[in-house]
Amino acid sequence: MKDLQYVILKKENLDGFISRMSRLRKVSAPVAKGNGEYAFEEVDSSDRIELKYKPTIMPPKKYFMPQEETLLEFSTAKGLATKPVVEYEKMTLFGVHTCDLAGIQCLNAVFSVRPRDYNYLTRKRQIDIIGLECGDYCDEHASCSMVSAHMPSGGYDLFFTDLGDYFIVHMNTQAGEEMIEATKCFESAEETHFDDLQSFRKKKRDTFKSEVQIEPRFIPGLFDACFESSIWKELDAKCLACGNCTNVCPTCYCFDIIDEVGLDLKNGKRYRKWDSCQLEPFAKVAGGENFRKERAARQRHRYYRKFRYPVAKYSKFFCTGCGRCSRSCMAGIHLKDTLNALIKESDSKIWKKWL
Amino acid sequence: MEKVVIKDSNYRIRKGKILRTKQLTKLEKLFEIALDGGESLDQEPGQFVMVSIFGVGEAPISVCSSPTKRGSFELCVRDAGKVTGAMHRLEAGDEIGIRGPYGKGFPIRILEGNDLLMVAGGLGIAPLRSLIKYAFDNRRDFGKIHIMLGCKTSDDLLFEDELNQWFKRMDVHYECTVDRAASDWDGHVGQITTLLPGVHLETERTFAIVVGPPVMYKFVLRELIKKNIPENQIILSFERHMKCGMGKCGRCQIQNLYCCQDGPVFNYADIKNMSEAL
Repeated sequence: MKDLQYVILKKENLDGFISRMSRLRKVSAPVAKGNGEYAFEEVDSSDRIELKYKPTIMPPKKYFMPQEETLLEFSTAKGLATKPVVEYEKMTLFGVHTCDLAGIQCLNAVFSVRPRDYNYLTRKRQIDIIGLECGDYCDEHASCSMVSAHMPSGGYDLFFTDLGDYFIVHMNTQAGEEMIEATKCFESAEETHFDDLQSFRKKKRDTFKSEVQIEPRFIPGLFDACFESSIWKELDAKCLACGNCTNVCPTCYCFDIIDEVGLDLKNGKRYRKWDSCQLEPFAKVAGGENFRKERAARQRHRYYRKFRYPVAKYSKFFCTGCGRCSRSCMAGIHLKDTLNALIKESDSKIWKKWL
Repeated sequence: MEKVVIKDSNYRIRKGKILRTKQLTKLEKLFEIALDGGESLDQEPGQFVMVSIFGVGEAPISVCSSPTKRGSFELCVRDAGKVTGAMHRLEAGDEIGIRGPYGKGFPIRILEGNDLLMVAGGLGIAPLRSLIKYAFDNRRDFGKIHIMLGCKTSDDLLFEDELNQWFKRMDVHYECTVDRAASDWDGHVGQITTLLPGVHLETERTFAIVVGPPVMYKFVLRELIKKNIPENQIILSFERHMKCGMGKCGRCQIQNLYCCQDGPVFNYADIKNMSEAL
């Protein structure tokens, strides 16, 4: 099998590729931050890049939907004048795992649905993505196989699979081909390379098994049955409502819109900033009512926004199995545990029906 | 980071000029606003706009005038937060930012030809007034019109001069009640639910449109169901603190629904089992 969509990059040429790319535009890649943590940061060579890393503290969402982003500039100096703006940066993201590719695909779906969000879409068009395949689990919190985000399924320009001495690279888009042409570090892929890739994937399929004992097709039904579950009450007792889980989630995108005026009191900007459904005032209205007052209702909302509501609207799960929410939770609320508890509870419900 | 001006931003603001203001009660003020360049707002009764006070922020406010009113629209604003507080300091001639209209309004095409039972509690009269005015301006398109209004005290009554006209109209059945009466009040006293049992309705051709605070819905709905109004002929409008108005920011989400896009007007049959709705 000879496939023109594949090329290879020898490991010793990785540095050449990254440094050449970084001369063309900003390149961001995972680097070690100590304490076993990683983050996407700007690089100009392959020295700091970690090829084996557990999901970064913040997902690449931070480039697509920055924590703060100006939407509008205004001036009240001579009557009211406003200027809608979009901030963007041409860049290449290197080393994005399949879970985070799935996260970006979720955000794309949200902001492409009408009314489209031109701020997001304009910025997204300026970012090229190079994926990197995992051959093994990063840690015990990952549940990527449950939502089938452990295998590549698009959403990248180039996709690297580490096969020892070299990477086999899938070219998915024109932008990807242009990167390969511009850097001239790649060689064509031969039969043996495909054999290597196949045995890599075979081994991978044996390693990755669904982390939760439920088939994906039953997950929406599980959530339909569990809205009044006592599990949410248990989360209520644990949750500190800090909002860590939503901040680090690759598919959480809720935001607040805030005005800021300069010291001249005439010129200012309107920006959006990440918000969190886990925070107490999120669903509060001027009349004083709070529609998700209890932490149980807010935690439940978070889980339904991952496993139930987006299935109806976008035909996707908005959980990529990256495990960040579980890793960052100070109260030890773990996504896999919650799902297993729901499954256990609904099993007993079904069993009771037979009595 | 580069920055460019974009033409098709969703956050583009239309400039509006305040033509007239009127202090309705201590807390509520009415604003009549015209868009710059004579642009039309093109709203449906029941829709809302995002109002900008630059430097303070944006707030969702329902339009309280009918689209049959040309050239300008009205907002009835309660001083309840940062933005609405700043709005209260504005007067005729001041400029204001408008985004929208957003949301699904009252289902006019479905309501036409039927009797309307409109129930408003407190500030709920503001969104409902857009439909009342529309129905008055197209009176022949509707059957009987009942308006039931409830308020805390007679000092909280909004649009008082208009209410007196509604009371005098022969083609409208209007009643009003206050929870606590002052000595000069000669109308009903009691919760809004006390008005409903006395209304004679042809239930199969009556649509009930209810707008008010969440606590009111629970009691009014019980009365409506008791009167055998079918669930899919009950229309509600909800308050949520929208930030974007475009189904993205997540603030107004009621389970899988976005109040700003799927609402704020809902059919009771569609949302009656949703725990976060009321």
